[in-house]
Amino acid sequence: MSRTPKLGRGVCLVGGAMSKFGMFKGLDYKDLFAQAFLEMLDSVDNGLNPKDIEALYLGNFSSDFFLKQSHLGPVLTDLLGIVPRPAARLEGACASSALAFRAGVQAVASGMYDIVLVGGLEEMSKRSTEEVTEGLAMASSPYEWKTGFTFPGIFATIATAYFERYKASADDLFAVTLKSHENAKLNPKAQFGVTIKELMAQRAEKAKAKGQPVPSWEDERAFLSDPRVNPEIAWPLRLFDCSPISDGACCLLLVAEEIAKGFSDTPVHVVGLGQGSGYPLYLKEDLTQFEATKQAAKEAYAMSGLGPKDIQIAEVHDCFSIAEVIHTEDLGFFAPGEGIKAVNDGLTRRSGPKPINTSGGLKCKGHPVGATGVAQVLEIWLQLRGRAGERQVPIADLRVGAAHNLGGTGGTCTLTILQKKG
Amino acid sequence: MEMSFNELSYWMGMEEAKLMGVKCKECGAIYLPPRPFCVQCYKDALEWKEFQGDGKLIAFTSIFVVPKSMAEQGYGRDNPYIVGVVELNEGVRIVGRIEGVDTKRPETIKIGMPLKAGFPKAMEAGVSKAYLAFRPA
Ligand SMILES: [Zn+2]
Repeated sequence: MSRTPKLGRGVCLVGGAMSKFGMFKGLDYKDLFAQAFLEMLDSVDNGLNPKDIEALYLGNFSSDFFLKQSHLGPVLTDLLGIVPRPAARLEGACASSALAFRAGVQAVASGMYDIVLVGGLEEMSKRSTEEVTEGLAMASSPYEWKTGFTFPGIFATIATAYFERYKASADDLFAVTLKSHENAKLNPKAQFGVTIKELMAQRAEKAKAKGQPVPSWEDERAFLSDPRVNPEIAWPLRLFDCSPISDGACCLLLVAEEIAKGFSDTPVHVVGLGQGSGYPLYLKEDLTQFEATKQAAKEAYAMSGLGPKDIQIAEVHDCFSIAEVIHTEDLGFFAPGEGIKAVNDGLTRRSGPKPINTSGGLKCKGHPVGATGVAQVLEIWLQLRGRAGERQVPIADLRVGAAHNLGGTGGTCTLTILQKKG
Repeated sequence: MEMSFNELSYWMGMEEAKLMGVKCKECGAIYLPPRPFCVQCYKDALEWKEFQGDGKLIAFTSIFVVPKSMAEQGYGRDNPYIVGVVELNEGVRIVGRIEGVDTKRPETIKIGMPLKAGFPKAMEAGVSKAYLAFRPA
């Protein structure tokens, strides 16, 4: 019998912000982190003196490969003007900044620090698609990438297993994509803040301007079925099933519960923190679930005393559309095989009973891999405080939300549960 | 050179057209690829086990957007390649390329189809290397 994991003392989230996510020619990762940091300072209700930050935990996947730059900690403390405060970079592929968040929470919960900055960043867009594909594949098992598996390829393989077992098809995943675009339209920070309908109009407009034959589609599903606009990436997954190549940064401010009111009128408590590890494809007994997510959920639910029914909204790691569906099952929101029906029935829309990825998800908000984990937590923090703007969910008594982050091909997964108390 | 129970030996085995894993002499557990000790009984009493390479397709994908190393071998949008998970008759699974099927019409490939391992060679960064590729049995 394993003991229930718990925090030594309460930890609260009292500030946070992200840069715009996208592909930026004239901006580098430092510029993007600076954007996030300055906006984070503004987000702290009662203000923060940056010199009071005691430590920085930073998530980043692969600055070594993408930027030929390692040892980011001191680059960032210099940028923020907080030298000689300690800084550490954590790496867990696309879950890198969830690990940084976890380390920050542990540092405060242990009593070591009272005020900690947690961040994440990635700069990817200045590399070719082939190089990014190669770089990301390095986060799979050596036997997988040396066999020729890509990231999309691994999730596509999982998709074929899911479709075979639950009698679904790639067209059933359109609902995930449509929802992501619908939500991102309301997120000014999103890389693709545009609905599929608007994209259709843009395409037609562009063709007209160029004097080419104007394409038309019967509806959004017809558009997504058209290989000219939605080509295969790794069959059965197409372009619109995949999160994009992105640059971006995000940071969050964590403080000890006992001093939280000094920073924020409505501090949000970190009540559940879970993490698990997972197998490569060939060792998985069941390709239609992620054992790392199940372990993370088990830990976070046990720590918080809450269960899947208590989670009112969630951000889950939709690096690929099929992944969102599976996560909603692994986290216990829907039974195995029911996730695909749930999204098609609209249950996970912003107005539905279980809103998932109100930010637009990785698919549309963007996926600068090392920034994603904290950006997911940020969305939940904004929603719980009623500060999500146009995309605020219409839930009257919104108190509990969760962020699920996945690294690599499921080798690392985390679940963070946030609660607004009082 | 003494072969260790590791990844290096796994790839070197392919050069001799062998699919090499290990068996625990203590508890009988079998592993593919090889690993340095048994994670069932935690003894390091391992011996080599050659797998026959017969199995069936569990899941797969056809890759149209390829990494740099595969682009250099001529793969890409107009020439996709297939990788998948195969369950061997010995009861373990492994990842490998799937060849002898229509890579541009992956919907014609059936999960559960019987496969047989082969070890073709490809040029990688100027060096000829064998790789694991399954074909319809
Ligand atoms: Zn053994």
